[in-house]
Amino acid sequence: MAKVPVQFTLNGSEKAEFVESGATLLHALRDKIGDTSPKGGCHQGTCGACSVIIDGELRLSCLTLAETCNGAAITTTAGLAEGGVLHPLQRAFLDAFATQCGFCTPGMIMAAKVLLDRTPNPSREDVVEALSGNICRCTGYEPIIQAVLTAARANSQNAA
Amino acid sequence: MSLALQTFSSVKDANAALQAAGARYLGGGTLVIRAANEGDVSISSLIRVNDPGLLQIAVSGAKVRLGASVTMAAIARHPELAALAPAARAVGGPAIRNMATVGGNLFAPAPYGDFAVALLALDATVDTEDGELAVETFLAGRDTSRAIVTAATFSLPKAESFRFLKVSRVKPKGVSVLSIAALLELAPDGTVTSARIALGCMADRPMRALAAEKALLGCKLTPQEIAPALAAASEGIAPITDPIASAWYRAEVLPVHLGRLLSN
Repeated sequence: MAKVPVQFTLNGSEKAEFVESGATLLHALRDKIGDTSPKGGCHQGTCGACSVIIDGELRLSCLTLAETCNGAAITTTAGLAEGGVLHPLQRAFLDAFATQCGFCTPGMIMAAKVLLDRTPNPSREDVVEALSGNICRCTGYEPIIQAVLTAARANSQNAA
Repeated sequence: MSLALQTFSSVKDANAALQAAGARYLGGGTLVIRAANEGDVSISSLIRVNDPGLLQIAVSGAKVRLGASVTMAAIARHPELAALAPAARAVGGPAIRNMATVGGNLFAPAPYGDFAVALLALDATVDTEDGELAVETFLAGRDTSRAIVTAATFSLPKAESFRFLKVSRVKPKGVSVLSIAALLELAPDGTVTSARIALGCMADRPMRALAAEKALLGCKLTPQEIAPALAAASEGIAPITDPIASAWYRAEVLPVHLGRLLSN
């Protein structure tokens, strides 16, 4: 099998790997680099569990080829905590019991992070829209929406 | 299974490479990578083009040219394309909209391809490596087409003359039960002087409601006057059946939703 080199920045640190040609970014992250925070759910672009942020935009790593990410800056949920201190979104998800089985959580947090980076004070409708590509089969969504709104408030209080 | 990815800087070279057996074009990946993930063994290599021209949105006067690699997110946020934003936002969730392209949408089988429904109503021209085609001609021949789509061009509709509706069961994002796009010109007294209506999910690809268009001419958009057009909307349809809705259900609700779109 032909292997191709890929090189990108993952959560601020340089990564270089050889992957099979045509391998998805999800495969490269989980099985080559060992960042298992993006989850492989449907592999069809339906569930959002594999969501990552590539150059500031929310993408599905299961539908993105690793080779197309050369030179990109990739953020995953594994890179959010700083020095053992959880990101406000992670803290809010824990406090609001927005995580049950946890499988959708990293994708939800990525979608929410893109929203809060652009819209620091989102409305409930903004949050629902931002999470509309992510499926959760446990929580009924309400605790997740509340967690994102709580994190937004925590952010704006810190900024004030 | 390994998929060989080849990147070209020109559409012409990519088009030549695409003629090889098993080669598929890679746009945003939401169709072709999905197919590969599902085990479609007919795909053995992927061709992509990184020509920045394919990413351009050009609005000059009333003329719009959308490069084939322009994403739904880029259309939805473009200040001059507000009339099209509802159709672009109808596609997928935020991550899909960051990936899904204009070119890909033209190939998306029902129940996908909501943006192509809008392009059909707008009477877009599809630019391919082989020349320009009316969107209707393009859609009819897309299964056998091997020419890379480079752009879609159309006249920018006035906000009040273009209407778009997508019906789905999951809000705000969900797969289409159906989608409808309508380009209507009205006389000052409210009489319809021209109508072009495109339907999604009423066949395996977007189709026009020709009988309904004809029946609407000379009508005012009142429930009484549009009734014949609604009755005619089902002419020639062959809706898809999928886990979202049966063909029977889609056919039953089409006149209801068309009526709501027209009388709003």
